Amino acid sequence: MSKIHVTTTVNGDPVEFLADPRETLLDCLRDHLGLTGSKEGCGTGDCGACSVTLDDRLVCSCLVLGVEAEGRRVDTIEGMADADGLHPLQRKFIEHAALQCGFCTPGLLVAAKALLVQNPDPTEEEVRYGLAGNLCRCTGYDKIVRAVMDAAAEMRQEAA
Amino acid sequence: MAKDEFKEFRLVGTRPDRPDGLDKVTGRARYGADISAPGMLWGAVVRSPHAHARIVSIDTSRAEALEGVKAVVTRADFPTGLTGEDWDLQENTMAGERALYDGHAVAAVAATSKLRAEEAARLIDVTYEVLPHVIDVDDAIKPDAPVIREGAADATVPEGMPPNVVRYMEFGHGNVEAGFAEADLVREGHYKTEATHQGYIEPHACLGQLGGDGKGEMWVCTQGQWFIRKMCAGVLGLDAAQLRVTPSEIGGGFGGKTTIFMEPLSLALSRKAGGKPVKIVMTRSEVLRATGPTASASMDVRIGMKKDGTLTAARAEFRMQGGAFPGSPVDMALYCAFAPYKLDHVAHVGYDVLANRPKCAAYRAPGSPMGAFAVESLIDEMCRELGLDPMEVRLKNAVREGDRASYGPKFASIGLVETLEATRAHPNLAEPLGPNQGRGVASGYWFNHNGETSVSLAISEDGTAQVSIGTPDIGGSRASIALMTAETLGIPYEDVRVNVVETGALGVNEPTHGSRATFASGKAAVLAAGQAITEMCRRAAAEWGIEPEAVEWVDGAAQPAGPNAGKFPPMSIAEIAGKMGETGGPISGHHESVPEGVGASFGCHVVDVEVDPETGRVTILRYLVVQDAGRAIHPAYVEGQYQGGAAQGIGWALNEAYIYDDKGRLQNPVFLDYRVPVASDLPMIDTVIVEVPNPGHPYGVRGVGETGITPPLPAIANAIQDATGARLRALPMNPPAVLAALKAARGA
Amino acid sequence: MVAVTLWSSLTRFTDGAREVEVQADTVGGVLDGLVADYPGLKPILDSGVSVVVDGEVAPNRHAPVPEGAEVYLMQRLKGG
Repeated sequence: MSKIHVTTTVNGDPVEFLADPRETLLDCLRDHLGLTGSKEGCGTGDCGACSVTLDDRLVCSCLVLGVEAEGRRVDTIEGMADADGLHPLQRKFIEHAALQCGFCTPGLLVAAKALLVQNPDPTEEEVRYGLAGNLCRCTGYDKIVRAVMDAAAEMRQEAA
Repeated sequence: MAKDEFKEFRLVGTRPDRPDGLDKVTGRARYGADISAPGMLWGAVVRSPHAHARIVSIDTSRAEALEGVKAVVTRADFPTGLTGEDWDLQENTMAGERALYDGHAVAAVAATSKLRAEEAARLIDVTYEVLPHVIDVDDAIKPDAPVIREGAADATVPEGMPPNVVRYMEFGHGNVEAGFAEADLVREGHYKTEATHQGYIEPHACLGQLGGDGKGEMWVCTQGQWFIRKMCAGVLGLDAAQLRVTPSEIGGGFGGKTTIFMEPLSLALSRKAGGKPVKIVMTRSEVLRATGPTASASMDVRIGMKKDGTLTAARAEFRMQGGAFPGSPVDMALYCAFAPYKLDHVAHVGYDVLANRPKCAAYRAPGSPMGAFAVESLIDEMCRELGLDPMEVRLKNAVREGDRASYGPKFASIGLVETLEATRAHPNLAEPLGPNQGRGVASGYWFNHNGETSVSLAISEDGTAQVSIGTPDIGGSRASIALMTAETLGIPYEDVRVNVVETGALGVNEPTHGSRATFASGKAAVLAAGQAITEMCRRAAAEWGIEPEAVEWVDGAAQPAGPNAGKFPPMSIAEIAGKMGETGGPISGHHESVPEGVGASFGCHVVDVEVDPETGRVTILRYLVVQDAGRAIHPAYVEGQYQGGAAQGIGWALNEAYIYDDKGRLQNPVFLDYRVPVASDLPMIDTVIVEVPNPGHPYGVRGVGETGITPPLPAIANAIQDATGARLRALPMNPPAVLAALKAARGA
Repeated sequence: MVAVTLWSSLTRFTDGAREVEVQADTVGGVLDGLVADYPGLKPILDSGVSVVVDGEVAPNRHAPVPEGAEVYLMQRLKGG
């Protein structure tokens, strides 16, 4: 199948790649752009390890075709920390021991960031339902939920 | 021992950031599928759609004709004549004459892209003759069940057993009939648990390269790089030392990544493709269909109890299928089943049974959760019948150091009584319960494991230290080992870097399994640090012109041991290291052994549930894990093990199960249908770390990884009965099963 | 002499004895002594067992077995 030229923006940078029309955005990020921070845990949109935002909307990149990124803005885990340092969520994940194997961590961080944009002051229940699309098999979610709530509190304080 | 008694530690027991944290929150950490190599090919595997079938023919010509296809392999490409576990591994890697389960690999292909490899796999034509199959363990043990493999039974199986029984065991002590006669109440129950999957979020992935000269390399997500090396070498007939295996970061294992699946296929494909590296990444469906689920179990338990709660005798008969190969953990299930109880009369009988399912792999305390489900459920039922407090009955019968274990030997230092007392004192037990709510308690046990261990430590020129370990870090063990090493050397935590190294860098290490990494690699690192300290003291003594014995190591520096040794200011590790080139060369330490002194770990869980009488849905309201850690080196990651184990046990209890259709095909090979707990299914999981130090470890460590998955299965069943009066004796206790039990209880 | 407790389904190979005595002062000596006295045990011992000496899983074949020690044979212990 002939490939399609895709021009898009990833983490603020303009990028181009050639995508087989059958390839997912996740395949393109990982195999064509070398951005292996987004993970494939299921390929069916059930685990959230491949979470990215597409024009600020949280998606499973395994359910988006690479060619659909044309002209849009993709943000991945690789763009979460900036030159000034880690995002508060990243710092709080380390501080609260909210990761063990770390494989679900990129997707959880991207999903948590999207959650806090929508709801800067979530209850525990709102965090749990907000992250229900991201599977973690190691932690039992306890420390993840605490880390997200602590990061949200810090971000609210900074914003105030 | 109370925590206050060992305040002398500077670092042990603190919660610093883990050394791999930054890589993991930024997406930089490299897992199995994240590595690529120049000239790399992609592999894909053809799998049997049948539970049991003779492979009549495999036609690879259409696949081989596809552009970009560089190699196709079938069993014909593997050496013959293997026996025992090597043969089992080879047969499971690639089917021979018969496909033995839905998902069994029958061919593999390598091509220039992932899509091309998948397309080529679809062009391989396999002709099958479908054979009768068997899935359920109670069906598989019938005398007229379809025979899965002639001659698979080992010497433990007496003549006349059904054909799929491949291992048989009996053990115990005392006289159970006399013990039952002493009891005021004797009850028995039949219990079943379904197979579950470890459910690590990272699918198996590897990049293998093998040349015509027999030299190869592999990058792979695994719990044990030396196991991968040994098993691949065995299956392919290679020299082990010629295969260099590098472990990637690992996205969870829980026992399922202690063995091989498609790794030998990547090497075989690479060899056939002229030595080009071949990457194979499993799909989730391949993971669920073809990699290590745990066993399913059918269990009968009989227990005798006096009116005051004293246990007089117990008997267990367990049947477990572990797929189409020997190796279900029925032995471990029996060993652990009654382990928390002092029993003068106990008997165990076990059957390891073949069925047309994938070869089971270890899963967190293999066997123990099933045995606990049966035993802890029945004990709870009997406490209810006699009007006894299940916590008091557990304390009354609890084993202590020196008691004979139900499985035979006497217990060394254990902390069950301390664990039960801490549980009883926890405020969760005083929380009021509302309508349709109930509380359940259960205990759990795991032996823990030592295993072959090799660790090297080297002092750097600036006085920092690097530690090379062979046990992949799954849950934060690099942090724990850095803490213990830094504590021993008397230097800051940040001055130690712990690296998980490839097979070429150390002697043989067993995998990170059996809750052994922090115990075994940690103990070896401490002993290696001790060697380096001895050498640094010797160098300081030589500088000072005094005897090495007159030098002691205090706070990261050599100093004269007392006024008689001489008056010299302390010589710091940085000073000694900075001059090591002039004082005798590199300073290092090394330790290798099968470390003695494994400390077993008991746990007790308390769960509060609410059962929806309309739907049968069980909601976990509150959850408490209390477990003996010996000593928590990094308490946050000990809590993490407790919480993660509990969450997996909750999934096993309530939702997770392998579901087969009447053709023996797995019906739920995706996460949508194989439903593991999500964040909104769980509450916060409260933990109490009990610390009864293990005298066999320099800092008192007991393994903590496995025990926690064991109690949730029975604790939740006990809580459901407390809430509703209905007793569930089979897993999973999903809404349809709970609803049926509620209806049956109402009707009764 | 050391008394070794077997799991009871092995009694088929030991003329019915649950506990057998062997002359040995190491774990390896115990295993070799068992095979010498009861050759039927060989395939089972070869496939791997754990030897528990006074409540502790012995780390290797050369581990000492003191006079009067309590020795148990168990199926090989492993973990996840």
